[in-house]
Amino acid sequence: MSDTIIIIPAYNEEGGIGQVIRDIRKANPDIDVLVINDGSVDGTAETAAAAGAMVLNHNFNMGYGVTIQTGYKFAYEKGYRYIVQIDGDGQHDPSFISQLLEPVRNGDVDFAIGSRFLWFDSYRPSFSRRLGILYFRKLVTVIIGREITDPTSGYQAFNRDVMKFFSTDIFPYDYPDADMLITLNLAGFRIREIPVRMYANPTGKTMHSGAKPLYYMIKMTLSILVTLLRNRQLYRR
Amino acid sequence: MTIKQQIFSILISVIVFILTIDLVRKKRLREEYSLLWLATSSAMIILILRYDWLLALTKLIGAVLPTTTLFLGSILFLILLSVQFSIKISRLSDQVKDLVQENALLRYEFEKSAGTQTVVPGPKTQQPADIK
Repeated sequence: MSDTIIIIPAYNEEGGIGQVIRDIRKANPDIDVLVINDGSVDGTAETAAAAGAMVLNHNFNMGYGVTIQTGYKFAYEKGYRYIVQIDGDGQHDPSFISQLLEPVRNGDVDFAIGSRFLWFDSYRPSFSRRLGILYFRKLVTVIIGREITDPTSGYQAFNRDVMKFFSTDIFPYDYPDADMLITLNLAGFRIREIPVRMYANPTGKTMHSGAKPLYYMIKMTLSILVTLLRNRQLYRR
Repeated sequence: MTIKQQIFSILISVIVFILTIDLVRKKRLREEYSLLWLATSSAMIILILRYDWLLALTKLIGAVLPTTTLFLGSILFLILLSVQFSIKISRLSDQVKDLVQENALLRYEFEKSAGTQTVVPGPKTQQPADIK
């Protein structure tokens, strides 16, 4: 067993998940790969298992936040020391996994987050998405007191301390991006952004579509405010 | 308050009270949820029977008619009930989350020890995540 595990949350990703796993395993043959199948109705679980990943299955669709937390709980129980989290839709370039892991392995930081904006040839998200990211970038930067360029990035690596912390009820599973960074900062974890390449979503499928982005922004802002209002004792490790 | 209004209000309150007790008796409603119903219907009966109390309460909250006070009480009761349900649903969602996660981890262990591949068909019913 490797000391590092790559976790991939997946919901109806039958078409692309196999290739994503093969690319990851090609770039990182010594690292274990876990797919958490979030109640897919297609052959996501079969495809992932056939590509050589361990597969956990949710009985029904629980959402992104719950899915990644299942991965954290598994990794923590199994004694892994490091987690890399990557999306199953092929947006995140797996050749950056080692760069993302390096500062965490060296003990320089507890949590590394991949930023598409720090890498010169990442894709440019749509205007509305950029606007949303800019809003959260400003919000997170003001709250935690330092620049975070890509607070909604799901490409992350972190150590066992963060894994343990996020396996508890404190994990903001409704909106695990900007809120997650603020929670980590409140708990005193060291965060660093790492430049990574991200591609446009090949399937064109996104959780942020239609009128949802505005709704998402409002709910996320509320969630951040509530996080800030919570008793700080909750964030003690 | 006319006698007709009084009889009608008491009738409704008594029916709600008896229905609640009956549901708890038949184990179709848990005691936990019955308290608010019982308290509200009791308060309504008391206020109708002790009309001077209702008048005093009406004066206290600045309402013009005693019936307004009763309606206000009913609305307050419905709001409290909704809040109670929201709290309960939030807790149930958390518990469902923990169960689904625990089940995923245990199923992995079970299938691994049984030597079967962790491949199962997708669920037959779908519950969109945003129902939570």
